Order: sequence, then C-alpha cells, then structure tokens
Amino acid sequence: MMNVFGQIQEALQYAFIQRAIIAGCFMALGCSFLGVFLVLRRFSLIGDGLAHVSFATVAIALLLHAQPMIVSIPLVALASLIILELNEKARVYGDAAIGLVSSFGIALGVIIASTAGGFNVDLFSYLFGNILSVSGFEVWMTAIISVLVVLVTALFYHDLFAITFDEDYAQVLGIKVKIVNRVLILLTSLIVVLGIKIVGTMLVSSLIILPAISALQIVRSFKSAIALAGVFAVISVIMGIFISYVLNYPSGATIVMVNFIFFVGSFIFGRLRQ
Amino acid sequence: MSVKIINVENLSVQYRGVEALSRISFNVDCGDYIGIVGPNGSGKTTLVKALLGLVPFEGKIFFQQKSLSEFTTTKHIGYLPQKMSFLDQRFPATAEEIVVSGVYCCKRFPKRLSQIDYKAAEEAMEILGVTHLKNRPIGRLSGGQQQRILLARALVHHPQLLILDEPTVALDPKSRESFYATVKKLNKERGVTVLLISHDVGSIGQFASKLLYLDREIIFYGTFEEFCKSPKMSDYFGAGQHVICHRH
Repeated sequence: MMNVFGQIQEALQYAFIQRAIIAGCFMALGCSFLGVFLVLRRFSLIGDGLAHVSFATVAIALLLHAQPMIVSIPLVALASLIILELNEKARVYGDAAIGLVSSFGIALGVIIASTAGGFNVDLFSYLFGNILSVSGFEVWMTAIISVLVVLVTALFYHDLFAITFDEDYAQVLGIKVKIVNRVLILLTSLIVVLGIKIVGTMLVSSLIILPAISALQIVRSFKSAIALAGVFAVISVIMGIFISYVLNYPSGATIVMVNFIFFVGSFIFGRLRQ
Repeated sequence: MSVKIINVENLSVQYRGVEALSRISFNVDCGDYIGIVGPNGSGKTTLVKALLGLVPFEGKIFFQQKSLSEFTTTKHIGYLPQKMSFLDQRFPATAEEIVVSGVYCCKRFPKRLSQIDYKAAEEAMEILGVTHLKNRPIGRLSGGQQQRILLARALVHHPQLLILDEPTVALDPKSRESFYATVKKLNKERGVTVLLISHDVGSIGQFASKLLYLDREIIFYGTFEEFCKSPKMSDYFGAGQHVICHRH
C-alpha cells in the first residue's frame, strides 16, 4: 500500500501528470454536465457519432499538416448541426441521424488515411487518445470549453430542465427551444473534439454517457443528477490516471473502466434501495 | 356583455398538404368552460397547438383582442399536454421541481427562482391536494397523481386560461370524475376559463358550459342541452343514430 502511495506521490511531481489531471477534471465536468441532458433526451450516442466524425476531421488536418483541434472544432460543430437538422426537418430519427453522420465520418477518415498514407500511425493514435500527452495549449482549451459548459448549464439550467422534461411544454413557456438545442449540441461537439485527445474517438462518448447514467441510478432530483454525475466523472478521471500510472495501463481505457465500475456500484445501490 | 378571451377567425392548419383544420371561427367568453370533442384525427390537438402558437396556421387568433403575435400567451395560459405521450417514468425530478417549472414563463434570462415561486408551487399543490407528494420523484407517482402535479404546474402562475389536452385519458373512472370536479371548481371559484379536449362527450358534457364538436371544421358549438337536441348532430351521426344525454 505504501508503495502505491509512494508511486502516486512520485507521479504528482511530473508536469505531464499534473496537466493530465487538470485537463481530465475539466473534461470530466464538461462531459458529465452535458451527459445528463443528452442521456435524458435520448441523444446519448451523439458523442459517439461526433467522435467518429472527428476521426475524419483529424485525418483531414493531418493531410493538410494543420493542428487537428483547429480543423476539427468547426467541422464537428457543423456535423452536430446537420444531425439536429436531419432530426428536426428531414424527419430522420435522432439515432438514425447520428448513425448516418457517424458512418460517413468513419468512411471518410478511412478513405483519406488509405489514399494519403504516411500518417496512419498519428491518425490511429487518436482512436484511443493519450491524456498523458496533452499540451499546455490543450489544457487551456479544455479548461475554457469546460468552464463555458458549466456556465451555460448554470445560466440556462431552468430552460434545459424544461426542454429535457417536455420540449413542447417548454415552447409554450416561451423558451427558445431551437436556440437552446443548438447551444447544447454545439457545446457537445466542442467537448467531443477535446475528448478525443484524452480518451480517443473510440471512448469519448463513454465520458458523456457513463457518469450521467450512474448518477441517474441513484438520484431523485434533477440538480442532484448533474452534481453527482460531475462527482463521478472527476473521481473516475483522477483514479483512472493514478491506476493507469501504477499498473502501466492505457490511461483512457482505465478512466472508462473506473467509470464503468461506478455504474455497476450505482446500479446495485439503486436496486437495493428500491 | 360578456368579455371575450379568445376570438378565432377562419383558422386553417395544414400538415404536409393535408388540411387538419378548415376555416374555423369561434369565440370563447371569460369564465367559459369549453369541452372540445370529436373523433380521432378531427383536429382537436391541432386546434390547441395553434392557440398556443406551436404550429403554423392561416387565419387569425386573438387573445383579449390582441393577435397571437403581439400577445405574450405564455403568461396567461396554463397548459396540460397529453400525459402519456411524453412522461418518462425514470425522469429524475421531484413533483415540486415539476410544479415550480410552470413559473418559468414569467421569468427573464437568467431565470432564477425565489421563495415566492416555491410558495406559489406549494399553493398550487395545495389546491389540488398533492402537497404531501412534493418531494416524491414524478415517475413514482400514480397516473392520477402525476396528472394533478402537471395540472398544478399549469396553474402555478395563475393563468386566465387553462388548456387541457385529454387530461383523463390514463385515469380510472373514479380519478376521472374527481379530476373533472377539480377543474370545474377552478372554473367556478377562481374564474379560470377552461378549454378541455376529451373523447368522452358524456362526462365532459356534465361539467362544461359549452361543447365544441370538431371534425376538421366546427360541427357544433353550444351548450350540452342544445347538443343533445341538435338536428345537425343527428345528421352528423347518421340516420338511426340518437344522441342520448344524461345529467347526474
């Protein structure tokens, strides 16, 4: 046990671990806050779909020798708006719209990777991410976007609550449902782009879904769902980073596994309490 | 002279080229209790959605002599949507959170709730006899209790007009009668104008001051007694059909 604590103390002295913890905690807060709204509105898989799109946008960035985040943010944001438009105007079901855009993203990414060649190793490193390699710039970006998510959630809390419970009624209450929906989806796209560096395109949606569904097993009120999802997410990131350091596991996958363990615990607790 | 709260002129609504409502006109007086009845697909919910500004329409709708576009309907209308179509039994919200959300219509950005709002929610729950449920999750309540909570949400901002879309569809006969009686009490004692959609002409006929029978156009608009004697309704239902009415 002492050895483990010693290793954690040692880890905390490294700048890359400090950056990983700061970026991971901000990321966890942003993802979990959005996750509660997305899960309850049956849009859980949007994170997955947008992450697949970001696979293509990273490929485009590598092809153009550009910074992946700079290229990905506008393109993934555009894809998120397309999903929403398909769902609202073309009467394509939400999950089908996500599937449509997501499969297009993957296909485009694979085609670019196979034709361009030379950067496959870089591209595939984005599939699983690496939180331990986040740069100072990425930490700042993650912090800014996550603070924005928390701020928007706080300022629009009542609007988001009303829309999540009953969209039609929210409209009757005078809430600008379309605008709030677009804000929510754009923030999701931003957080997904940031998340691919941390856990990769394959696992980013788990940061959105798992803390939210874990909290929803236990809580009775909406505010406590958001708060508990945030707590689960932050603890999962910190524990995941330390466990991955001590056991030499991949950090992204370890964070997801800790999140999954929280879900199992919450599920059992929720059932026992019933 | 009675004061009109709603004035509808030549209202038409189309869904993908199909006419859901065709040039309907009617007035509602303050304090009226209107039962909107008609077969499935007759445009009852469409009419309500047009009144609430939720669907595009042709024609004119006036609330208290002001057109829908210049009138902030939300502050003056309480709305109870069809329950079963949306209520997620696992939704993490207490009854109180749902009821107090009805005051959002009176709030400006950034919306903040005060003790006055929570007091209003408590009063609305008291009127409907559901104060003891305020900390219970909405999904754990019975159909009748959920419906009363949603009605409390519609009442929390003291609306002048209450629009109820098939509120009793999931209720047993006892809860249904009790619900109708509560709405009647609100109408009588608080002077709230009520528009209530129902399939059940017999039940709503006992409580409503007027019936509006809709089948894409207005087939009948008048009192329950007039409805029972209406040759137009006999013609509508077809030869050999009789409208049998009871008042309990």
